[in-house]
Amino acid sequence: MSAVTIDSFGGGAELRSGKMTPAMQGGIALAAFVVGLGINALLGGMGPVKTLIGTAVAFPILTYAVARQVEGRRLATDRLATTLAWMAFGLVMLPLVSLVWTVVTDGAARMDATFFTETMQGVVSEGGGIRHALTGTLIVTGIAAAFSIPFGLFTAIYLVEYADGKGFSRWITMLVDVMTGIPSIVAGLFAYGLFVALDAPGHRSGLAAGVALTVLMTPVVVRSSEEMLRLVQDELREAAYALGVPKWKTIVKVVLPTAIGGILTGATLAIARVIGETAPLLVTAGTIKTLNANPIEGRMETLPIYSYYSYKTPTIPPELSYERMWASALVLMIVVAVLFSLARVLAAVLKPKGLR
Amino acid sequence: MTSVQAEPAVSAASATSSFEIEQVSKKGDRIFGGISFGAGVLILVTLAAVATFLVTEAAPAFTNTAEDGESLFSYTVPLVFGTIWAAGLALLLAGPLAVAVALYLSHYAPKRIAGALGYFVDLLAAVPSVVYGVWGIFVLAPLVGNNLYPWLEENLGFLPFFEGPALRSGRTIMTAAVVLAVMILPIITAISREVFLQTPRLHEEASLALGATRWEMIKQAVLPYGRSGVISGAMLGLGRALGETMAVAMILSPASVINANLISSQNPATIAANIALKFPESSGLEVNRLVATGLVLFAITFGVNYIARWIAGRGFSGAAG
Amino acid sequence: MSDILNLTDSHTASSTAAGKTSMDLDIAPTTALAAKDLHIYYSDFLAVEDVNMEIPERSITALIGPSGCGKSTFLRSINRMHEVIAGARVEGSVMVGGVDLYGPGVDPVAVRRKIGMVFQRPNPFPTMSIAENVLAGKKLNSKRIPKAEASELVEQSLRGANLWEEVKDRLDKPGSGLSGGQQQRLCIARAIAVEPEILLMDEPCSALDPVSTLAIESLMLELKENFTIVIVTHNMQQAARVSDKTGFFSIEGTGKPGKLVEYDETRTIFSNPREQATKDYVEGRFG
Repeated sequence: MSAVTIDSFGGGAELRSGKMTPAMQGGIALAAFVVGLGINALLGGMGPVKTLIGTAVAFPILTYAVARQVEGRRLATDRLATTLAWMAFGLVMLPLVSLVWTVVTDGAARMDATFFTETMQGVVSEGGGIRHALTGTLIVTGIAAAFSIPFGLFTAIYLVEYADGKGFSRWITMLVDVMTGIPSIVAGLFAYGLFVALDAPGHRSGLAAGVALTVLMTPVVVRSSEEMLRLVQDELREAAYALGVPKWKTIVKVVLPTAIGGILTGATLAIARVIGETAPLLVTAGTIKTLNANPIEGRMETLPIYSYYSYKTPTIPPELSYERMWASALVLMIVVAVLFSLARVLAAVLKPKGLR
Repeated sequence: MTSVQAEPAVSAASATSSFEIEQVSKKGDRIFGGISFGAGVLILVTLAAVATFLVTEAAPAFTNTAEDGESLFSYTVPLVFGTIWAAGLALLLAGPLAVAVALYLSHYAPKRIAGALGYFVDLLAAVPSVVYGVWGIFVLAPLVGNNLYPWLEENLGFLPFFEGPALRSGRTIMTAAVVLAVMILPIITAISREVFLQTPRLHEEASLALGATRWEMIKQAVLPYGRSGVISGAMLGLGRALGETMAVAMILSPASVINANLISSQNPATIAANIALKFPESSGLEVNRLVATGLVLFAITFGVNYIARWIAGRGFSGAAG
Repeated sequence: MSDILNLTDSHTASSTAAGKTSMDLDIAPTTALAAKDLHIYYSDFLAVEDVNMEIPERSITALIGPSGCGKSTFLRSINRMHEVIAGARVEGSVMVGGVDLYGPGVDPVAVRRKIGMVFQRPNPFPTMSIAENVLAGKKLNSKRIPKAEASELVEQSLRGANLWEEVKDRLDKPGSGLSGGQQQRLCIARAIAVEPEILLMDEPCSALDPVSTLAIESLMLELKENFTIVIVTHNMQQAARVSDKTGFFSIEGTGKPGKLVEYDETRTIFSNPREQATKDYVEGRFG
């Protein structure tokens, strides 16, 4: 039956192409380096980094040129794209890794117990710590979370469970979108204005800061809660209604428990986002060297403000302040990282079963 | 006899209890529904309050002239320029790179580390801006100020961008733009990567079955599908760059100028940075003036968000049916 | 059982009238595709074992069998789509036109340009128009297609897929606006536009309604005049209706590799197969 075979593939020549060998790739890398050296010699200034840049520019060009000869146009383009993708990644990693590295290494100098137990009271040179700043951050963020999480959650419940798509809810959705776009400094100015009206000009308090952060957090909580609530299948709700369970009980006992993982994750992420906000705190809570645990009255120091002012108004000699600056930045980064990881863990552990 | 008497008693009792149940659930629904509705109303109230207080605090600046005789307009225009200039530069630097990295993470990186790398990038999107600012001043600025900027002035100084004279400390608008770019890149990458990963396998396979190389498949199936998502991410990044305060405030010592010189000591400020720098020491009309600029900034970010939503909504995105 | 027989008989009659296959004309049929000692792996797991199969040109070969027995895996190994999954590989060879598709130095991308594939769910590119979809494969192969040539190719391919009349007035509208059956015919048009020798179809009708299914089946019978078609199907009646030869795949149990149990003329498979397993399956008595 198989005496004759089709020669449709032309003996297979079209299926085969040259392949660039690792030896070739090594050769190209070397050639690119030589080009880099050449560029370094030709242009002045800036030091040996020119070699690196020259090599980086020459490498993809040479790769494409050689591949074009060996493998053909299409595969050469594909190889160029791959090379550029890898290089883009490398390029982006440089500043990001530098950032993390600097903060970790420079911040380590003050990772001692006194840093966490002392405030800046009476500190003119060495010593000093972030106890007042940590407390302030906890209070201010706590206030913001206490306000915005119920606020945002109930808004989401209204949008999804009660008024889905109907007139007023579309307004609310639009307004929440507007809220997402409020710059953080503007939120701070609003809170300032509000408390000036309630109190007096020049008002500073932790509560005002909490209100500013609430304005920033709420739309985030609304969005993420809304998404999670929508994922809960309607079948679950209908099963409850069919059993005669009233609507509010259905929401509380069926819908919320199903969506709770995602809601908590969203809330945690929202906290992580605002905990590092500096600008609104600048105009509401201000800065102070001592511990103030009263949110209603008086300036309250927070962690990001602490970092900022360690830089802006350093003690003598400034290096000691800068040490504190790096260390507080490190603490801030660790806090954010912990919250972030917590959110991921919550999402995985509390993964709901009744979702679409 | 007893059963006849009992029955009305039983039905009366059940009638009472079901009536009670209805009462309870009606009340519960009313309360709960009321709270939820109230939350929605509170959103409305909050935004109205924001608008009101901002306008109230800003109003005096519109009607009175400041002590230095400068009109609100001439005060604000350079700030608006600085804001858009810095954010625009940042988006220019970050945008294409962010998309490239997102493609790398979704389609090129080895599967085993792609997840970890993605997590690292997501995490960086949450790093507070003050940390970026600190890195910008102590690491980036000296590096570029001593090396890159003099070189640019020497070799490309004929371009208005690099006229100089180069500032050795590196505390220029370009440095600020680079820091902004580094700051918004993780955001754009995170959103773009999410979208690229959601490209339906079906369409990727259709491309591959036609004999496309990986890059051709990306061009045919992945990028068109993710286009509106990428734009949304870019607009989100732009919004963040426009409103960014601390990094710019820490790096620049601003002058009230409008120029295209990227590496000199005369740098325009952004609205947000200006507020951050001046507010703590201001009083009276000065404060009103700052709030007025804040209002302008709000208008700008609102406009950008609106455009972003409009772009994301139109065209056959391919994501919807 | 006899119903199936009647169906095959009627189709053979019509196919003789419509276009003669090499089998009817008593000419030794040429082999379009031959699998030799083919073993297909997912990393270390042997998914399909020892396939030996010769598929004649310009015919329709159906692959049938219970779920998970490797028919789709085998199909995808023909155009080297199988190895898109990380760690997937094969041992053995697939010969087309005297060339081993898995030979040294053979580029899988080049193989896929020569062999077309239609998937279970229609997948026209959503951001492209109908015309752009048809040309998608062609555009990959040649940089510039002159406009006249392009529109001629679009018409030719759409006619070949029996879709031209329905869409000729909206060639620049998105491909996603068509019905399921039309979308699948668009995918077929896209596949045949590059003029492959072999057309692979992976359960092409399972996501379609019965009317569209019959439309595609009659399309297949027309296409086989120019293409060699291999189709994976769960629908035995479909296999009996359209195919010339049928391969029955089966699996002993979960975790075991799939095997080609029997491969013969469709008539034989459905009326008196050699293997008991085949008999059980086609009579509906599978485990």
